[in-house]
Amino acid sequence: MDIKLKVDASGLSCPLPILKATQGMKTIQPGELMEIVATDPGSVKDMAAWASSTGHMLVEQDSANGKFRFVLRHK
Amino acid sequence: MTAEVASKRKSICIIAYSGELEPTWASMIIASTAAAMDMEVSIFVTFWGFGALVKDSKRLPGKNLMQRMLSVMQRPGISHRKLSKMNFMGMGPWMMFQLAKKYNVSKPKDLLGMCQELGVKIYPCQMTMDLFGLNKEDLIDGLEDPVGAATMLQLATEADSTLFI
Repeated sequence: MDIKLKVDASGLSCPLPILKATQGMKTIQPGELMEIVATDPGSVKDMAAWASSTGHMLVEQDSANGKFRFVLRHK
Repeated sequence: MTAEVASKRKSICIIAYSGELEPTWASMIIASTAAAMDMEVSIFVTFWGFGALVKDSKRLPGKNLMQRMLSVMQRPGISHRKLSKMNFMGMGPWMMFQLAKKYNVSKPKDLLGMCQELGVKIYPCQMTMDLFGLNKEDLIDGLEDPVGAATMLQLATEADSTLFI
């Protein structure tokens, strides 16, 4: 998988992971992938809600050692 | 989903009435997140909400003694909001900001900047500006032109959701 942009939102609280995701998406092109890592447990549901609201696609999601990783495709 | 439905952006209208730190913070979190979620966001700022719209550097806005006394009693500016409970002469907000720093929570001022960056429309209430003796120069940059209750009602009834904070 060709990740165009990696965003580290570790340690950041709501709503910063979502705001970082928004800023990141503005820098890549449609079809390109962005990976974002967060430690805020609320971001699991929030990232899905953000993706569904903006139309960007959440293509992969996993968690390990208290880190939540999301891969999103620019719409 | 049809193309027509997909192209219609959701919208939210926030009436920012309160001036204390917590409601100001809540408004800023909701507005910036809504904008990040690609919603159209409008904030109508009225009465004590103006505490967050006056520039931090403005110490005593107002055109007459009574208006200036209001500014003495509660210092305007988004960085100078008081807690509604446990303010303790500023100790409460100071502790709140220390906690925010520790837990990486954005301050209202940073969220306001984010709102403006993401195109949130902020409408000052003309009547409150007259009442408090505020000029456009007293307020932060990037605001919409001042409006009245009719515009606020139009924004609120056309929005998918309206919050009075």
